[in-house]
Amino acid sequence: MRSNSFRLANVRPYGVEPVDITVTNGVISNITPVSQETGHPGELPSDDEFWELDGKDHILLPGFVDLHTHLREPGREDAETVLSGSKAAALGGYTAVFAMANTNPVADTAGVVEQVWRLGQNAALVDVHPVGAVTVGLRGEQLAELGAMANSRAKVRVFSDDGHCVSDSVVMRRALEYVKAFDGVIAQHAQEPSLTVGAQMNEGVVSSELGLAGWPAVAEESIIARDVLLAEHVGSCLHVLHVSTRGSVEIIRWAKQRGINVTAEVTPHHLALTDESARGYNPIFKVNPPLRTADDVRALREGLADGTIDTVGTDHAPHPVEDKDCEWAYAAFGMTGLETALSVVVKTMVEPGLLTWADVARVMSVTPARIGRISHEQGRPIAVGEPANLVLVDPDAKRMIDPRAQATASSNTPFVGTELPGKVVATFLRGTPVVFDGVLSATS
Amino acid sequence: MQHLLSTAELSRADAIDILDTAAQMAATQEREIKKLPTLRGRTVVNLFFEDSTRTRISFETAAKRLSADVINFSAKGSSASKGESLKDTALTLNAMGADAVVVRSAASGAAHQLAHSGWLTGSSFYGSDHPGVAILNAGDGTHQHPTQALLDAYTMRRHLVGPDALGQGLDGLKVAIVGDVLHSRVARSNVWLLKTLGADVTLVAPPTLLPVGAETWPAKLSYDLDATLAAKPDAVMMLRVQRERMGGGSSAFLPSAQEYTRLYGLDRKRLEVLPKHGIVLHPGPMNRGLEISAEAADSPQSVIVEQVANGVAVRMAALYLLLAGKE
Repeated sequence: MRSNSFRLANVRPYGVEPVDITVTNGVISNITPVSQETGHPGELPSDDEFWELDGKDHILLPGFVDLHTHLREPGREDAETVLSGSKAAALGGYTAVFAMANTNPVADTAGVVEQVWRLGQNAALVDVHPVGAVTVGLRGEQLAELGAMANSRAKVRVFSDDGHCVSDSVVMRRALEYVKAFDGVIAQHAQEPSLTVGAQMNEGVVSSELGLAGWPAVAEESIIARDVLLAEHVGSCLHVLHVSTRGSVEIIRWAKQRGINVTAEVTPHHLALTDESARGYNPIFKVNPPLRTADDVRALREGLADGTIDTVGTDHAPHPVEDKDCEWAYAAFGMTGLETALSVVVKTMVEPGLLTWADVARVMSVTPARIGRISHEQGRPIAVGEPANLVLVDPDAKRMIDPRAQATASSNTPFVGTELPGKVVATFLRGTPVVFDGVLSATS
Repeated sequence: MQHLLSTAELSRADAIDILDTAAQMAATQEREIKKLPTLRGRTVVNLFFEDSTRTRISFETAAKRLSADVINFSAKGSSASKGESLKDTALTLNAMGADAVVVRSAASGAAHQLAHSGWLTGSSFYGSDHPGVAILNAGDGTHQHPTQALLDAYTMRRHLVGPDALGQGLDGLKVAIVGDVLHSRVARSNVWLLKTLGADVTLVAPPTLLPVGAETWPAKLSYDLDATLAAKPDAVMMLRVQRERMGGGSSAFLPSAQEYTRLYGLDRKRLEVLPKHGIVLHPGPMNRGLEISAEAADSPQSVIVEQVANGVAVRMAALYLLLAGKE
């Protein structure tokens, strides 16, 4: 692998004016606007391993941070491993991912989160931060040992029963209170279970015609309404995962105006796809929360643009073929997302003019790093003295999505066969080019 | 027509063609020798993942009367219960050389997937349609049961338009469909077919048994059976209501069976409100005393038994149109 000392010529940080950037031993050491160049290369290290790359006017952003990834290990290594998921993340431009706790065994003890953390260290392609379960076994009944996970080597700060909702109000209240002791955050999967028994897709016009059991928007919105009020009452902070409805956006907007400490996430697929996709009964479009209506998609895009929604999280949910290649009702929920997230954000938000590239950095890197309590090392400004966790993006490239060409161990991408804009050219983890020229670097 | 999956994708011309062909088939069934040589050498597979003796026997009879070879494959459960998956079953059937697959499944969309997923060719997921095998949906979850709607339409046309009504639809007829619309593939199939054939449909149900979104369907919605009957419908179709929808628990949609019968059951008094020419349909099996009284079920206006006979003719027509003339 190439060294972590190099110069990127002619790149555009946040999509603005082109600069030359020098990185020395993984730290940004010089930034020179191209227009001011006088022909001399500046002070370049005399290191033999120092290298240079023409950035071709591509866009340079802080490496992305995904607060919402399912790496499946331990337990479902047939779907994904920490290593294969790390590869997918690096190819997607991520330098840090948060691995959800719904593994087998569940990441509800210091032992399991340390195992996941160590697997991430060994893979060494992105920073892997385990998310701890809120409750023992994700059962929603008894708080897991949140303090032990916080104090482990994994230093867990984000806790979630994702895949399940912490539906019991008093358990949710206690969790929100308890994590204040170590500046933790509860990331809620908002789904009132009694309203979604057997639910298969968004409840509405399409579900009524298809005869698939409906998943009402209110099942999500009622939990979010309750949780923001709980967070206000106990003075804690709440992160709402994968917001999918207009009503949810409006409740969160109201809560923020009221001063409640709430942040919210939207997934790329909820920005791009609607419940009309279910008409072919292809379970590749089956996901939790379900794809909603075009009106919901509009509200999500507006919410992300105006800051009501803070982050884009992938909810990367790999599944083996047999869990998707079956009848809709029997198929697993979820879609892969790490290797398509940026492109979907470009298509749905940047190209329509809803987000600038600086906004992309905010929603995909800076804010998720802050919510994940890792902003001392990720989501940093592109500035001298900062760690070179960076992603270089070719915004004009078009690519056809082919799951067989992806690094994730699973193939359940809903964007298969579609052309999407934007391509990750290189990903730098503390200066090391883990992805170079669009492919994973060979490990030395 | 390559498959018969949903009445929503059936054109008026195709629907009337099936009804007219069914009339010809029914005429042959009056003869002493009922068997026709039309589908000799063809193989029809009845693939039933859900118990339904009535529907399976109807399809089996239809195929045999057309001289097709019939293979019955019954598999309880599903890939969910880790039995053989629909996909593997489909591959097996294809290897045996099926010309048509009649599929019944508890999973909405199963027939559509069988037709369009590429499973029958062993190709990759959603690769390509199979060129040869015709899929007949014999009921998929709470989605569609097109031959049921076609036999209902055939029965209505015979009684309300005329026995020799070839080429005609059901234009202007008023049809009330009463009961558990939410869980009914029969209701969904009928709404779209009757609309295509020009009938005026009213769905009558308690609000808990009408799906959210039904307000966009091509039908009127009503919570009031008596008001609907007062408008003198030409046909009343009573849907089966399962007893587990009643009473306590989170799976309940209704307070009690008695209340349902009082508000939505077709009893003697309501039967008397029907116009003299009006007919009573039920897809079966009936819950006598719940959604339909014995007086209504056994009245001269009831065509419920005839529906069963017409089912064979309609399924013969569907098999014939899908398989004959195709080489």
